[in-house]
Amino acid sequence: MNLEFSPEENAFREEVRSFIEENYPEEIKGKDREELTKEQFVAWHQILGKKGWSVPSWPVEYGGTGWTPTQKYIWSEENARADTIMPLPFAVSMVGPVIYTFGSQEHKDKYLPGIVDGTTWWCQGFSEPGAGSDLAGLKTTAVRDGDEWVINGQKTWTTLGQHAEMGFFLCRTNPDVKKQEGISFILIPMDTPGVEVRPIIMTDGGHEVNEVWLTDVRVPVDNLVGEENKGWTYAKFLLAHERTGIAGVARSKRGIEKLREVAAMEHDNGKPLIANPDFAEKISQLEIDLTALEFTELRTIAGMQKGKGPGPESSLLKIKGTEIQQRLTELTLEAVGNYAAPYFRGFPTDGDNVFPIGPDYAHMAMPNYLNMRKTSIYGGSNEIQRNIIAKAVLGL
Amino acid sequence: MDFSFTEEQNMIRDSLSRLIREQYDWETRNKVIASESGWRPEMWAQFAELGLLMAPFSEEDGGLGGNAVDAMVVMEEFGKGLVIEPYVPSVVLGGGFLKHGGSAAQKENHLASLMGGEETFAFAYAEPTSRFNLNDVSTTARANGSSYVLNGQKAMVYGAPWATHLIVSARTSGERYDDAGISVFIVPKDAAGITTRDYPTMDGFRASEIYFENVEVSGDSMIGEEGKALPLIEKVVDEGIAAICSEACGAMQIANADTIEYAKQRKQFNVPISTFQVLQHEMVDMFIAHQQSVSMTFQVTMRLEEDEATRKKAASAAKVQIGKAGRFIGQAATQIHGGMGVTDELRLGHYFKRLTLIDSQFGNVDYHLRRYTSLAEGQDLSAAAE
Repeated sequence: MNLEFSPEENAFREEVRSFIEENYPEEIKGKDREELTKEQFVAWHQILGKKGWSVPSWPVEYGGTGWTPTQKYIWSEENARADTIMPLPFAVSMVGPVIYTFGSQEHKDKYLPGIVDGTTWWCQGFSEPGAGSDLAGLKTTAVRDGDEWVINGQKTWTTLGQHAEMGFFLCRTNPDVKKQEGISFILIPMDTPGVEVRPIIMTDGGHEVNEVWLTDVRVPVDNLVGEENKGWTYAKFLLAHERTGIAGVARSKRGIEKLREVAAMEHDNGKPLIANPDFAEKISQLEIDLTALEFTELRTIAGMQKGKGPGPESSLLKIKGTEIQQRLTELTLEAVGNYAAPYFRGFPTDGDNVFPIGPDYAHMAMPNYLNMRKTSIYGGSNEIQRNIIAKAVLGL
Repeated sequence: MDFSFTEEQNMIRDSLSRLIREQYDWETRNKVIASESGWRPEMWAQFAELGLLMAPFSEEDGGLGGNAVDAMVVMEEFGKGLVIEPYVPSVVLGGGFLKHGGSAAQKENHLASLMGGEETFAFAYAEPTSRFNLNDVSTTARANGSSYVLNGQKAMVYGAPWATHLIVSARTSGERYDDAGISVFIVPKDAAGITTRDYPTMDGFRASEIYFENVEVSGDSMIGEEGKALPLIEKVVDEGIAAICSEACGAMQIANADTIEYAKQRKQFNVPISTFQVLQHEMVDMFIAHQQSVSMTFQVTMRLEEDEATRKKAASAAKVQIGKAGRFIGQAATQIHGGMGVTDELRLGHYFKRLTLIDSQFGNVDYHLRRYTSLAEGQDLSAAAE
């Protein structure tokens, strides 16, 4: 047992670090996701695509890197350290693996290159107003009509669907069987007639998610991925994919550094807030929780190096990872004190014509706090994750 | 990065776990802790025979060439079986002082007999009002020619009734709370002027209050330099922390397993109570608390040889995690066991007691959260000033 990286791994870290330093676009440096245009958002993805690093976990034949789990860990650490904007998971970690695992050769040829080079923006059509944690209860239907599927229904919580060229949807293709056994996985171009994307504005004021209304949407039968009525299997595969990254350890480490910087600049009774023992101990406790999570993730990675898949224990990484992310935004909100309150309608996307009030680091404290509440709800709520552990790990 | 165990470590785990299963069953254990001596010297001899007492020492020192990971493996099994023999007092603490601070002659005189099980050690550092502060030392060691004379009282010395030797912290100079001026001595427990009051502890061990009245020890019984022992004490105690963190993980594992088993058996409202989601989620949180504790135990064990600040932070972080998790698991396991959980008959209650007292051993959650913060904060403020 030891914590040392091998010389090769250290060399790899150096290579990644200097690549990021030399290639990360100047104009998006230090910016949050919310501040970017669509083109800026995908810029880093496209640079990584040219380098061959945009889909590290994929099989090499489809554009993956063949990195070891430790290399992938180093990769995410270095990206967190440099505050890069990473590609969204929908294409890279979700639909991509479904297509190369279950899709036809035609699907692979048609869709994978656009994911690798970052030219196709994908969104997810899973949740419905009546199907959240009980996702298999979804009602959107796809009915075969000649060479086409005719799709009707309503999807919701579709993240950044307003930018998407393509969407992957779960649709009911057989209403007469057990609910999990009548669902199919269908690809829909977002400019197909009958697809309507309506914004949902969240508590932070941002337009991050959408409703997607599907009215007599027609797509070729070939847009079915894998077998008809096997969509639930593919959805479960997709949701279990890349669970280790979900802990977000490296990003949260960077977040704690930033929180300490804020707490060093804020003042409390003539001293830096960080010198207030009550507040300092809250940060300590958070950092200790994060260290425990980090070593749990390292143990999982060590198991993966030996060929053990991340089992249902990865639900633990999701639960603790999101609790820590939320706590981090909560403490940052506490740290900024009074200046959490000012509301800048349209900030930051409306550009330079707004002069925010209070210190720069305070502007996003409240929106981030509000925004991160989603993390314990999405991707299978933390309660659902506990159900998974109860059943699959503890045998209850 | 490597999280795997060596072949030797796996062998230690397997043979120890077999020994505990075969000769440390629950009834036998309870008879032993209720007996007059409170332990089994013959069990200690078997541990020596298995090589457990030599495991974490270098080959140079006559050991098996292992390190703190070996002690971690041993202590996890001890935790599962609630083994009470003095591995932490004698091997981890006593052995720790000898290997990190002992002179060639001290190692020569004591290490082989410690590893053979003939000599056992206990570390007398706490005092009646020192709480967890290692620098709070009132016991004095006055130089008298080439020897020293000890006076004072040491408190809650785990394992002392079974010890042949004590490691004693005493003040050779300075005031009560000074970091400087603390020295440590190896003192035979039968030295003239030592009286002890021995007692059982709530978690099944034996401990002593120890009174030193003009106890004369030779100058060469001092470990390390006069007045400069605090860093050594801190290092050895951090190793003790790693060891009892591992012990706690073993105890948590059993508490959790017993709870799941009980919940599946126990029926109310005509169904096993394990079918209730509110209990399922509680047991999931117990599982998570145990897993995070195992991770933190790995963390501190692998960082014991790093620089002083890293080691201290690692130890305090682990102790905070284990203290909180141990309390949570102990309480939740008791709650899910219902009335049975508060009986002496069930073994669960004994795991609960040990987990509870591990928190206060070597400093509780509050103490270590403060220590961690003082180390982290120093770095921050200097970083902010740059």
